[in-house]
Amino acid sequence: MAEITFLEAIREGISEEMERDPSVFCLGEDIGAFGGAFKVTEGLQARFGEQRVIDTPIAEAGIIGAAAGAAHYGMRPVVEMQFIDFISCGYDMLTNYVATARYRAFLPCPIVVRGPSGGYVRGGPFHSQNPEAAFLHTPGLKIAYPATAEDAKGMIKAAIRDDDPVLFFEHKYLYRRIKGTMPAGDHIVPLGKARLAREGKHLSIVTYAATVWKALEAAEQLEREDGLSVEVLDLRSLLPMDDAAIVATVKKTNRVLVVHEDTVTGGIAGEITARINELCFEWLDAPVRRVAAHDVPLPYAPPLEDFVLPQTSDIVRASRWLAAY
Amino acid sequence: MAVPSTTSPPANRSGLTPDQLLALYRWMRLTRTLEERLVALYRQTKVVGGLFRSLGQEACAVGSAFALERRDVLSPLIRNLGSMLVKGAEPLEILRQYMAKGDSPTRGRELNIHFGDVVDRNFVGQISHLGDMVPVMAGVTLTFRLRGEDRVGLVYVGDGATSTGAFHEGINFAAVQRCPLVVVVENNGYAYSTPTCKQTAAGQFVDKAIGYGIPGVRADGNDVLEVYRVTREAVERARGGGGVTLLELLTYRRKGHAEHDNQSYVAPGEIEPWAQHNDPIDRYAARLTTEFGFDVATLARTDDEVRSVVDAATELAENSPPCDGPDALIGVYANPPAMPALWYRDGVGPAVAAHERPASWGTHDG
Repeated sequence: MAEITFLEAIREGISEEMERDPSVFCLGEDIGAFGGAFKVTEGLQARFGEQRVIDTPIAEAGIIGAAAGAAHYGMRPVVEMQFIDFISCGYDMLTNYVATARYRAFLPCPIVVRGPSGGYVRGGPFHSQNPEAAFLHTPGLKIAYPATAEDAKGMIKAAIRDDDPVLFFEHKYLYRRIKGTMPAGDHIVPLGKARLAREGKHLSIVTYAATVWKALEAAEQLEREDGLSVEVLDLRSLLPMDDAAIVATVKKTNRVLVVHEDTVTGGIAGEITARINELCFEWLDAPVRRVAAHDVPLPYAPPLEDFVLPQTSDIVRASRWLAAY
Repeated sequence: MAVPSTTSPPANRSGLTPDQLLALYRWMRLTRTLEERLVALYRQTKVVGGLFRSLGQEACAVGSAFALERRDVLSPLIRNLGSMLVKGAEPLEILRQYMAKGDSPTRGRELNIHFGDVVDRNFVGQISHLGDMVPVMAGVTLTFRLRGEDRVGLVYVGDGATSTGAFHEGINFAAVQRCPLVVVVENNGYAYSTPTCKQTAAGQFVDKAIGYGIPGVRADGNDVLEVYRVTREAVERARGGGGVTLLELLTYRRKGHAEHDNQSYVAPGEIEPWAQHNDPIDRYAARLTTEFGFDVATLARTDDEVRSVVDAATELAENSPPCDGPDALIGVYANPPAMPALWYRDGVGPAVAAHERPASWGTHDG
C-alpha cells in the first residue's frame, strides 16, 4: 500500500468511521466545501453531505456544547478546532459540562474535539500552542497526541469509537512532513497505550508528539558520537497515561529524560516525574530531568521561536548530562 | 419593576380539557408544596446544600413544560422544578437529591434538581454555568433535525444568562441550523442581586430575537394558560420546521437567589404586590372557579392529595441510605469504570473493586 501523510491518515480514519457508523458526523468552522484550514476534512462533505459535515459559526463553546447535546442523544460528533489554540474558548464547556456529564448525570458524551496544535512553524503565540496540560487536570476527559501517521489514523478511529470525550491533538508540523503506510483492514490503535519508538539500554527519553522525532534524532546522534544506547518512549495517549510502559523503561535504563514542547512549568513532564518518583524511585540512578519550552508565550520570529522551543541539540546536551551523572 | 398586565384570553381559547386544566393547577401546587417541605427540611439541616425556590414563578415552568410531549426534551434551570415534575420527575427523587441520599438520581454526585433522564422522560441535567445549556440543547435538537425525528427541545435561561457568551453562541447556532428549539427567557427581575437594568441595555429581552433572525414573543409569566398558549405556538412552529423561537416570560422572584439570601438589595414594598395580587397559583385558582366551573372543594382536595404525596415521599427520602464514600470513584469514565483510590487510603481499593453497580446505574451504556 502507498504511503500517505499524517494529515491524510487522519482524514482516512474519520472517513472510515463515518462510513462505518451513521451516528458519526463532523462540525467545525470552514470544514465543509472548503475542507478546513489545513484540509483535514477535504472531500468529506462532497462524500457524506452537508448534514454530516456541518459548517458552523465561529463559536467554539457553542459547537462543543452542541456536540455534547448530540452525543447525549446517540450521535458521535467530531468537532474541529480550526487551531487548537482556540480550544480555550470552549474550556468551560469541556471542563464543566462535557467532562462531568457521565459522572454527575450519567449522560453519555462520546465526542472528539480535534485540531492542529504545536509550534516549530512560525505561527506565533496563537497558532502554535500545546494546551494539553490545561486538560490533563480534568477528570472525565481523555487526551491523545500521536506522533506517527499510523497512530494518527488508528487513534482517531479509537477516539471516535470511545464512549468518553477525547481531545485529539494533531501536531501541524507533522501534518505533511510525516508519512506512513497504513496497516490493512480496520486499523485501531487503543488509547492509553504507549509505543516504544526506539529501544536502548543507557537512558530513556519519555516524550510525545513532535518531540518524539527530535528525540529519535538525538538518539541517533548520541549513538553515533557517544556510543550511548537511548530508548525513546512515545506516550501517544496522555490521559490515561501508560504508567506500566513508563515504569518498564525506567527499570530498564535507570535514567530518564522527559521531553515535551509545551512550557516547562506546570507541563506534563512534572506529572510524569511525580509518577516515576512514586512508582519506581529506587530504580533511578539519576534525577529525572526535563527538557521543555521556556516559560514564555511562543514568539513568532524564527530566532525567538527556536530559542524558546526544545531542539534536538537540547535533548543531546541533557542526555549527556544524565548519562554522566 | 412593573407588575405585568393580568388580562387573559377568554376561557374557550385555552384549548384544554377539564382534566388538563386541573392538572396545571396540581403541578403548580405540587411544586410549591414540595418546595415548602424542602424549606422545612433545610431548617432541620437535612438538606445539606443550598435550597432554591421558584415561589411565584411556578406558572412559567409548569405552563411551558405542559406544552411538550414526553418524547420532547426539556432543559430545566434551578427555578424550573415545576417543569421537571410535569416531565415525570418524582418528588421522591427531588427530596433524595436535596438530602444527598445514596439512592438519589445522581447517587450523591450532584445537588438539588441538577439531574436528568435522556432515556425515557427526556430532561437534561443542568450545570451551574448559566447559558451553557443553550448550546447543549442546540445539539440535542440538531440531532432530531438530522435524524428526521418529530421531537422538539425547550431550554430555559434566566434574565442573567442572556448576557453570557454561551447563550449567544448557542441560540445563534440553533437559529442558523433551524433547530426545533424553544428558548425561554424567564425574566424574574434579578440575577442573584443584579436587577435587569444592570444586565442589559435592551428595553426588553424579547428584542434580542431580532438579532438572531427568529420570532420573539413576550408573555405574562404568571398566567399559566398564557404561558402554555405561547409555548404551544412556539413548539408547533419548531415541530413544523420553523426553527427557533425566543419567549420572554415576565415574572418575579419573590425569594432570594437561594434560601440564605435575605434580599437586602430589594426595595421595600416591591415584593408584596406580587404576593398579594399576582401570585400565579392564586390567580389560576380564581379563574378555575370563576371561569371554568371548578368548585373550591375540588381544588382543596387536590391540595390535600398533593400534600399526602409529598408526605409519603418525605418519609421514604428520610429513610433512604446515605452515600457510600468509595462510590465517589465510580463513573468518571465509561472505561475505566472506576478510578483507583490513592495509596494512603488503606483498604479502600478492594472495596471499590467489589462495589456493585446498581441496576439503575449507567443505563445509557446499554
